[in-house]
Formats: sequence, C-alpha cells, structure tokens
Amino acid sequence: MTDNEVALQEKKELEPAEERTQAGKFYVPHTDIYETQDAVVVTMEVPGVDRSAIDIRLDKEVLTITANIESRQYEDLRPIYTEYNIGNFVRSFNVSTKIASDAITASVADGVLTVLLPKAAEAVARRIEIH
Amino acid sequence: MVIRMRDPFATLLGLQRAMDDAKRSDWFGIRTTGRGAFPPVNVFEQGEDFAVVAELPGVKKEDLDIQVKGATLRIRGRKAIDYGEKVSVHRRERAAGEFDRVVTLPAQIDSSKVKAEYRDGVLTLRLPRAESEKPRSVAIS
Repeated sequence: MTDNEVALQEKKELEPAEERTQAGKFYVPHTDIYETQDAVVVTMEVPGVDRSAIDIRLDKEVLTITANIESRQYEDLRPIYTEYNIGNFVRSFNVSTKIASDAITASVADGVLTVLLPKAAEAVARRIEIH
Repeated sequence: MVIRMRDPFATLLGLQRAMDDAKRSDWFGIRTTGRGAFPPVNVFEQGEDFAVVAELPGVKKEDLDIQVKGATLRIRGRKAIDYGEKVSVHRRERAAGEFDRVVTLPAQIDSSKVKAEYRDGVLTLRLPRAESEKPRSVAIS
C-alpha cells in the first residue's frame, strides 16, 4: 500500500430540476477547473464516451457539457458482479470570466475531456508600468 | 386474539423471492452503484467466457499493467494529473495516484487467450475459460 493510492470515487447521479426527455441515467462527471494566465481550463472524466458524442455549449455565461455513453458493447454480456453503473454525463458551469467564445478548443484523451476557454482580451490582467 | 394462518407455502415462496431479489445484480437498476476499491470493475459472463470492464479515465495505456494467473486477474497502474505550472486551481474533484487490484473469477482462465482493449478510458478484458474448466455433457449409456 502506498500513500498516494487512488481512492474510489462514487459516481454521483444527477438530480435534475426538471425531467429529461431522454431516457437513461445521468451522472455528474468529476471535474477539475483551473485558470492559467490567459485561459480557463476544464478537465472532465467521461469514460466510455466517444469524441463524437460530446456536446459543448457556451450560452452567455453558462458552459454546458453533455456526453452520451455508448452501451452497445454490453448487449451480449450477462452481469455476474457489478460495482458501478453507466450513464450519460451532463454538467454545466457558470463562467464568470469573459471568454473569447470563438477561440474555445477541446480535446479528449483516455476518457478525459479538456476544454480550453481562452479569456477575452479585456479580461486578461494587464501589468501597469509606473513611470 | 385471532391468529390467521396464511398459506405456509406462500410465505416461504415470498421469502425465497425476496432473497433472490437481494442477490440479483443491480446493473442498469435504480441504485447508484459505487463500492469496492479503485478501479471499480464489472464482471460479465459471455457464453462460457468472462469479460471484465473497468473505468480508468485519465490513465495512459502504457501506465497499465495487467496480469492473469489461474483464476485471478490483477490490474495495476498509475493515474497522473498534470496541471502545468503557474495555475490557480478553482475546483479539484479528480483523484490521482497508484492502484493495484486483484479480482478472482469464478473459473480458471486460459491466460494465453486473454484479450485487452483500452478505449476512451474504459478497459475491457475478454477472459476465455480454460479448456479444463469447460462443462462437458455426459451421454447416458
């Protein structure tokens, strides 16, 4: 046993304010958000989701990420022991910083989605020179 | 006081049904599952063979080590998160570190025929049952 062992994180099921039209389970993905000098970076764990099934939207100040899971691989399998359930992922954030919405980029690697939200020019802190 | 006797068989059958329900898997059920150690695994049966699926988001393929011996499966690896330099973290929910997990399957596995696939952070292992463990039908003479 090492000190830095990964702890099991329970998947949190989404409790929606209103009912969804789409059937199935929705989970809240574990997310890290950090800020660099010129961008806000959102990294989100969405295991089992194909890149084409991820939808990222920034409407005014609300960033919404929806990731739909592919469950076809389970069709001919019979469960004998289960520890986790699968479902779609959805989460939205209020982005307070001004974002250059045309320059948003996203990438997926090993089930982790990274969304790079570059700050708009007026939001980048300027260093003021003293004369 | 009136004690009304119900059909004893109905009571017994009801109890048996309740016990069967408790044993039944919760796959696609209503409960949110999350128990055991990291990584959580789901074990499936596919005909005579087994399939083990684990969610490992953020783990690189080269950081995974999978071993099969007899009826045991070992999944070992490391999950690293790199924030880069000069950043301020607003929200930190993802866990990083090392993991080592051993899963015992209900039958011996033919370790030479195990197939592993790692895609989109999900590890799928196909574990064929060893030839000696396969059920044989017996002819009545």
